[in-house]
Amino acid sequence: MRRPTGQTLRVPTPADPASGVLSRRHKRAIWKQALSIAIAITPFGVAFGVACNEADLGWLVALGYSSLIFTGGGQFAAVSVLGEGGTAGAAILAAVLLNLRSLAYGVAMAPSLKGSLPWRAAVSQLMIDESVAVASPQTGAQARTYGYLAGGLSVFVLWNISTLVGVLAFSSAGDLVTDLGIDATIPAAFLALVWPRLSTNEGRALAAGGAVIALVLVPLVPAGIPIVAAALAVVFARPWRPGDPTSEPLAVTES
Amino acid sequence: MNTAVVVLLVVATVTYGFKAAGPLLLGGDRQLPGWLLRTADALPVPLLAALVVVATVVADGRLVIDARIAGLAAAAIALALRAPFIVVVIIAALATAGVRAVG
Repeated sequence: MRRPTGQTLRVPTPADPASGVLSRRHKRAIWKQALSIAIAITPFGVAFGVACNEADLGWLVALGYSSLIFTGGGQFAAVSVLGEGGTAGAAILAAVLLNLRSLAYGVAMAPSLKGSLPWRAAVSQLMIDESVAVASPQTGAQARTYGYLAGGLSVFVLWNISTLVGVLAFSSAGDLVTDLGIDATIPAAFLALVWPRLSTNEGRALAAGGAVIALVLVPLVPAGIPIVAAALAVVFARPWRPGDPTSEPLAVTES
Repeated sequence: MNTAVVVLLVVATVTYGFKAAGPLLLGGDRQLPGWLLRTADALPVPLLAALVVVATVVADGRLVIDARIAGLAAAAIALALRAPFIVVVIIAALATAGVRAVG
């Protein structure tokens, strides 16, 4: 078993990929990332619970949003439209536009999600920013699947608990999130998860392309669309180039 | 059925369709073409970069430059120094809170 080298985000590949077993150290490194990001989002779960209170939703409906929809941005959009007295149509449209990027995440994760149809149907519910972010820097389909499940399950549990805490324990969020700088933890967490992929020219071009597209579109189009449009930056990876991708390193790999 | 529940059920159904389309139609044992595998591998990078941007400089649908920028810059420095994940996140919060306390 090798020691992880460098930063914690780079976890070693299993010594024998053919054995199909991730080392315990490797699994622990993945869980550490998954739990770190799940803890980072809990203040937003509490804030979502408070928003549900303000829109008079009740704890059961609030939990329904956090477990059945289970996409932070979409939930906030729908509930804030309802809280401001907007129509059902406006709330649905706002949430659906924000959640459209799940479609791109599904394409990204599809090669790593093997197994029976019912299994794939079940784990698809975990298709969120954080699960894909934890999976993305992993090397090999197996570690990616593990990262996806660890990230998705950690966030699912803590997101629902924190939603409940927000509904039951807080009548108003106040300025705590901004006073403590908690709103900066989310971009920092995503930056940390995309960081290992910025070590190649291709990775940097992909990230810069996505960032610029989002930045330019934010003032022009409805919320949610800029992130979906950022997917177009995949052209920087020239996916149409010939060659067998299975013989290439799939991500940033340590050799 | 009240409005909030109708919105919940519609959004949950549509969102699940978005989430599951890739794994159900493209996942499993089928052999995917090379261009699709490369696209799948590259996709998270621009999407996560866009998330970083939107979470840093957007508020209420507008571009807003505020103390979150300082948090992100501090996080980038911490990452360049190979700080562990949780340290990066805490440093971002501290830097942002610090700038807000001063400003």
